[in-house]
Amino acid sequence: MSNLLIVSPSPHIHSEDSAQKIMFRVVLAMMPALVWSVFVFGIDGLRVTFIAVAACIAFEYLIQRFLMKVEPVITDGSAIVTGILLAFNVPSNLPWWIILIGALVAIGIGKLSFGGLGNNIFNPALVGRVFLLISFPVQMTSWPVTIQSGIDAVTSATPLSFLKEGIKNGKSISELAGGLPNNIDLLFGNTGGSLGEVSAILLILGGLYMLVKKVITWHTPVAVLGSVFIFSGILWLINPELYINPVFQILTGGVMLGAIFMATDMVTSPMTGKGQIIYGIGIGLITISIRTWGAYPEGISFAILLMNAVTPLINTYAKPKLFGGYK
Amino acid sequence: MLKTFKPGGIHPAENKLSAKEAIKVPGIPKTVFIPVAQHIGAPSVPVVKRGDSVKVGQLIAKSGGFVSANIHSSVSGKVKKIDTIPDSSGYRKQGIIIDVEGDEWEESIDTSENLVGQFNLTSEEIINAITQAGVVGLGGATFPTHVKLMPPKGMKAEILIVNGVECEPYLTSDHRLMLEKADEILVGTRLLMKAMKVDKAYIGIENNKPDAIQLLKQKIQGGNHIEIVTLKVRYPQGGEKQLIKAVTGKEVPSGGLPIAVGAVVSNVGTAFAVYEAVQKKKPLVERVVTVTGKSVGKPSNFKVRIGTPVSVLINAAGGMPEDTGKIISGGPMMGKAITNLDVPVTKGTSGILLMKGSESKRKKTISCIRCSRCVSVCPMGLEPYLLQTVSEKQMWGPAEEGNIMDCIECGSCSYTCPSNRPLLDYIRLGKGKVGQIMRTRKS
Amino acid sequence: MSTTIIYTVVTLSTIGTLAAVILYFVAQKFKVYEDPRIDDVETSLPGANCGGCGYAGCRAFAEACVKQNELSNLFCPVGGNDCMGDVAKILGIEAVKQDPRVAVVRCQGSCEYRPRTNKFDGVTTCAIASSVYGGETGCQFGCHGYGDCVAACDFDAIHINPETGIPEVVDEKCVACGACVKACPKNLIELRKKFPKKRKIYVSCRNEEKGGIARKACSVACIGCGKCEKECKFDAITIANNLAFIDSDKCRLCRKCVSVCPTNAIIEVGFPPRKIKQETSEESKAKTPATAGNEK
Repeated sequence: MSNLLIVSPSPHIHSEDSAQKIMFRVVLAMMPALVWSVFVFGIDGLRVTFIAVAACIAFEYLIQRFLMKVEPVITDGSAIVTGILLAFNVPSNLPWWIILIGALVAIGIGKLSFGGLGNNIFNPALVGRVFLLISFPVQMTSWPVTIQSGIDAVTSATPLSFLKEGIKNGKSISELAGGLPNNIDLLFGNTGGSLGEVSAILLILGGLYMLVKKVITWHTPVAVLGSVFIFSGILWLINPELYINPVFQILTGGVMLGAIFMATDMVTSPMTGKGQIIYGIGIGLITISIRTWGAYPEGISFAILLMNAVTPLINTYAKPKLFGGYK
Repeated sequence: MLKTFKPGGIHPAENKLSAKEAIKVPGIPKTVFIPVAQHIGAPSVPVVKRGDSVKVGQLIAKSGGFVSANIHSSVSGKVKKIDTIPDSSGYRKQGIIIDVEGDEWEESIDTSENLVGQFNLTSEEIINAITQAGVVGLGGATFPTHVKLMPPKGMKAEILIVNGVECEPYLTSDHRLMLEKADEILVGTRLLMKAMKVDKAYIGIENNKPDAIQLLKQKIQGGNHIEIVTLKVRYPQGGEKQLIKAVTGKEVPSGGLPIAVGAVVSNVGTAFAVYEAVQKKKPLVERVVTVTGKSVGKPSNFKVRIGTPVSVLINAAGGMPEDTGKIISGGPMMGKAITNLDVPVTKGTSGILLMKGSESKRKKTISCIRCSRCVSVCPMGLEPYLLQTVSEKQMWGPAEEGNIMDCIECGSCSYTCPSNRPLLDYIRLGKGKVGQIMRTRKS
Repeated sequence: MSTTIIYTVVTLSTIGTLAAVILYFVAQKFKVYEDPRIDDVETSLPGANCGGCGYAGCRAFAEACVKQNELSNLFCPVGGNDCMGDVAKILGIEAVKQDPRVAVVRCQGSCEYRPRTNKFDGVTTCAIASSVYGGETGCQFGCHGYGDCVAACDFDAIHINPETGIPEVVDEKCVACGACVKACPKNLIELRKKFPKKRKIYVSCRNEEKGGIARKACSVACIGCGKCEKECKFDAITIANNLAFIDSDKCRLCRKCVSVCPTNAIIEVGFPPRKIKQETSEESKAKTPATAGNEK
């Protein structure tokens, strides 16, 4: 049988690209930020990441093998990406069992209940993260201080929650400014927060790598960051004492992480550039709305999940332009 | 900034292994198999019968309708029989089998290599000569050329675009032809312009053939009716609609013909065949075929008599490599895999590609990760991932709404899919079904 | 506290009543009259919604029955004559009887008889494979064996035999809806008249090539020799395009054609073994797989 000629429909060559390679590139792009977070939070950073990744892979395998009774496809690498993203979204001192629950929710509910890779509506890592945030608000919001800050304390507030508390208590921005980190610190990552949120510049580095390797396109990140900047800029111009400046908005919290790594998740973002821009703008608007008027200091996770839900709708309307389709 | 088309497109590894090989003649085979359906449209009707003696260039099957073409004997000898013969379509089709005896040409044909550059013919005379000679589009679609030259009422051709793009990887037949027969191609281009009554022609060539671009630019010096357009390397630029977009910036309307934007596209091979048909009275009995592949001993370009079995060409190119897994008639993107080495070269065969066993196998398909690459590479602005799903689920209504009929089957989507999904397989199936449904609705 | 409960109950009840009244009037206003017989006819139909009658489902078929008020070109192959009798009774008209039919796969091209000449590496559906080329063997008319017919069958009545790679029909389950006939791109499946005891005689081949080519591709191909046509006393056999065809409506199951067929392309199913053993060993060998497959 082996020496028979093979027949298949055209095309007969393939780009040699694979989903596995794409996932591998995403992991590689997250490495600088991961290394930095270990540097900032110590061995704890590594511990959280390791547990999250291992748990995601294990749950994916077990659920596919025994619950769905299909051939496990963990080799595609998507569980690793989910694991790292989940780790990036939690504080470094999170107890191991909470991480396990997060991984189970992310993989089990966020991904496999929809049918596995490619069929999920919501970004699995964010489903896990939001589940933990709502279920374990205390553990999820007590942020360990960075090693570099040298403060003799176990936990501290993130810049965003500090700001939120302050404004709630009727203080103006200029009164609070002393307690806020400067933009340079934010850019290089000397502030508290989730693992992956710390250094904006390293996240951008990873984003550029993915852009060059064509894992992502520019549309989503630019739309998210642009709309965050413009919308918060408008608010800032209206009243700089009540609303913080746009540069601070972009550099703090998870905006950078969300815009570059989570909103660009292929499975849950729209198919066309046009759609991705609409999607990105939506994320930016919702993020700033939650930050400014909502109960939570940070809103990017919710924003991305909400926009994930409307992605199919965006896909229905933001169609590519048909060649020769003019009337 | 070099010109190219928008949207979509890919750039596969070029692998033009035979680009430096001059066109050779592999010798005349013992028997030729000439199918009567070598073109788009009605099959031709045989006018010879078993036992008849034929000469090279003699009409053996006449056009079976308006959209059809004459077929001439490519060899001299005796008609062995008229029977079904294996075809590159994968089905046996009717054909004429001729046993070769000597190489005797029809007297009227000028077989010399001399360039006949001057002509004083009317448009009708040129079209008539082309019709008689059975010239069809040699780029692969094999649309009868004379039909293209007679636009439907109310439409007027404004420009001629000669397609020297050759965007398929591996293939080099057009490239070699441009290098070796530049003068003839230019005469052919002028003949086509005269036939269509236009005074502007562009020859589009991708910039991976700088020698051909330079040579042709040199040859046309002084004339401003023919212009060489250098194009960025991008597949499927050789597609009619993509080439028009790249050269003129105009988009052929969805479902329309190129003539709707006043353009007619012809392959360089066709231009050469037109030259031979009109100036040398030589019907289309030969064409240039690239025989190539990574493990082929001598990748070559051959000038082949129509009807020559593929096995003859493979032997001439150094024999069939041990590790051959797949034989493709045409290029790797749009060619058809063949199973039988007796399949003959037809008017539309631009190349024979032998792929190694390791390259031939498809990789494992996994689920769609919605990376949207198929959408971004589709040169027709379609959504292949969606069309594949609806075709697989046999939802022909949504497939039609998704403009499945606009698909040009270039294969860019399947090529680029990181999940190795058989996008084009299903889209082609859906296209067939939707076409059927639309035809029944019309009638 | 109690006032809150009272207010809630009162408000909700009012809204409920109001909505009910509105709904009642809307329902009256937009009522569509429907012949009550449609419902009756639909209940007497099998409810398989297979489309075998040519309509989009049992409901559509019932509407057509009531609307046309005659049953000459309406027949439910699943329910058969009994069911159509019921329908006729409801409508008070004559029922048109049809012979029950059963699907038959007309190819015996297993690996043994029809050697593989190449390997298909694409989506394994018959529709796609046949749009690409003739198939994995030398015979371009034969079965691909990828099971489009199996997927099309709503009644679990057709399965690929793992040994031969050719689909086989389970006569008891087959309702002759014709879904597999439509699904087969090679047009191999035919609805033939159902004889008692599952008996069948048919040309199990669709090869239209001339004898030599057909035989080379498959040892049990019909070569169009015409012996069966001469042998048949009932004019049931016709030869067209080098291929014999037995009309099941004319066939009387005399089995004479079976014995004269030189390639064993004509097969008999469901008959007791013949008493006079004149068959050569080669013939009986060729007959076994198809016969055995249908007799279990």
